[in-house]
Amino acid sequence: MTSPPLIEVENLRIDLADRSGRVAAAEGVSFRIDRGETFGLVGESGCGKSITALALIGLLRHPLSIGAGTIRFDGRELQNLSAAEQRALRGNRIAMIFQEPMTALNPVSPVGRQIAEMFVLHKGKDWSEANRLAVEALADVRVPAPERRVKDYPHQLSGGMRQRVMIAIALACSPDLLIADEPTTALDVTVQAEIIELMRNLCAERGTAILMISHDLGLVANVCRRVAVMYAGRIVEERGSADIFRAGAHPYTRGLVDSLPRLGSRAALGRTRLTEIAGVVPAIADFPDGCRFNPRCRLATDICRTTAPEITPLDAGGLVRCHHHA
Amino acid sequence: MLAFLIRRLLQAVPTVLAVVLVVFVLFSVVPGSIMSSMDGDGRGATDAQVMERMRKQLGLDDPIYVRFGAYISKLAMGDLGTSFRTREPVTSMLAKRMWPTLQLIFAAMTFAILIGVPLGFIAALRPGSLADTLSMVVAVSGLSMAKFWLGLLLMYLFALKLGWLPSFGYGDGGLKYLLLPAVTLGVSPMALLARTTRAAVLEIMTADFVRTARSKGMSETRVVKWHVMRNALVIILTAIGLQFGALMGQAVVVEKLFSWPGIGSLLVDSVLQRDIPTVQGSIFVVVLFFLAINMAIDLLYGVIDPRIRYS
Repeated sequence: MTSPPLIEVENLRIDLADRSGRVAAAEGVSFRIDRGETFGLVGESGCGKSITALALIGLLRHPLSIGAGTIRFDGRELQNLSAAEQRALRGNRIAMIFQEPMTALNPVSPVGRQIAEMFVLHKGKDWSEANRLAVEALADVRVPAPERRVKDYPHQLSGGMRQRVMIAIALACSPDLLIADEPTTALDVTVQAEIIELMRNLCAERGTAILMISHDLGLVANVCRRVAVMYAGRIVEERGSADIFRAGAHPYTRGLVDSLPRLGSRAALGRTRLTEIAGVVPAIADFPDGCRFNPRCRLATDICRTTAPEITPLDAGGLVRCHHHA
Repeated sequence: MLAFLIRRLLQAVPTVLAVVLVVFVLFSVVPGSIMSSMDGDGRGATDAQVMERMRKQLGLDDPIYVRFGAYISKLAMGDLGTSFRTREPVTSMLAKRMWPTLQLIFAAMTFAILIGVPLGFIAALRPGSLADTLSMVVAVSGLSMAKFWLGLLLMYLFALKLGWLPSFGYGDGGLKYLLLPAVTLGVSPMALLARTTRAAVLEIMTADFVRTARSKGMSETRVVKWHVMRNALVIILTAIGLQFGALMGQAVVVEKLFSWPGIGSLLVDSVLQRDIPTVQGSIFVVVLFFLAINMAIDLLYGVIDPRIRYS
């Protein structure tokens, strides 16, 4: 707690405008990431993790918008910056990798050019210099024969190679924060491990903090030092990643951990069913009153159905949003 | 590239043959011929013996397959026959008419592209704005206006009232004479291009790679210039190719209206006079032009979209 955090999100609310007015797609989202730290945001599809990431990099587009709260990056409030100042941060100091390497790259532009753009945009290089740097950037992400590959188009590369190109683009300017939104979901399992390893190493070399977003608790806990679990637009628990596996405080977190298959459990316990969390995630417009997890929670009592729990610190460190936390 | 070109040329052969066959058969079975029109459509204007001799001379008495065989073998040597009316070779008649038509069509298309594509871009970049509404009003009215009516309006305004431009004719073939017919012909492809461009750009703006481009910290202008434009061009090019074909047909009306000495007006006159070789020749040339344009567009695809070049 000595140096100020790299990014600090406080009480962020993201509104979704529809015909009937505005609903909060995410609210009360608060977290902080220190320089060089790895932080994970986990949750099911539609829990608000991706839009939180888009808010951080300033890419929310209609019908989504920031309704309340503040995002402070390096001490400066992002909402107070002009469009040009925001653009100067974007890509340069906050970069993002997206889920689909198939569609996230421009199909009619050579990958080298798409990397080189970063040096033209943020480092004031001319194109020939930028193209040379693009070859280096491609070598950095361990793409073989980079001087030939820069001329390739995205469709000539495999999914893993494309994601490497995305990483090369994102890390081109050695940003302070890399947001990785499901970076390996679309890839084969073997390629996944390579990409994660690469991303971690390159970020560690550059001192780049990672905000990793995924539905895969195991993956995130493996990469990140701290993990926040999101459910229905709210962060329900934030812990060190080892703690979250060992002793999740929120019933939802425990449900997630219990639903993971475990190697060797059959030998120890015999043939058992994988545990599941009953019910489904509510739609944004139908978020229940009180604690949003209450219809699916085994511990729910009357207070859970009427009063939303506040985020509370745990004795063992970490935060939880539950009336009955363990 | 060369292999692709040769393959495309070979593919065009059956198309051309089919068109020649259909046109030939069609004009052989429709009632009325050069003879009946000379005969005043049955009022006996011409001597029966003269008619008989002419029929023999023009080969109209032969069975259809004999005539088709003779036509094809002459066609293979580049001979489109002789006009029934003027006794001139059809090829030399077409050659004289080709240039004015090409002038007209390319001028109309240039107008359509120069106005329509930017209009579509402006509309798409500010959806729902006044610029969007206005440009789409222009586009829809351009599509809905009948060409002969629009042509008359333009003539009335620019030739009669303002006296800036000649009302009709080819004159010396200069821009002054070309302007009104080209604009008349170009308005509907312009409108279509504006709408296609708008739709294409709007769709591409939602693509993932545009979000990536924004996440790089680009201004919207750069996003459009570096990433949207080339992708939109693939779709716009398709529309341009299709419009070229349609223009060839629409040129008939405009050429007639402005007394433009092109293939279109030749076609109309020949149909009215039942000058079958000239009709067949004109349609043949139109089809060749259409195929050539399509091929050129296909080649351009390869230049713009790398996925087409390699796969």
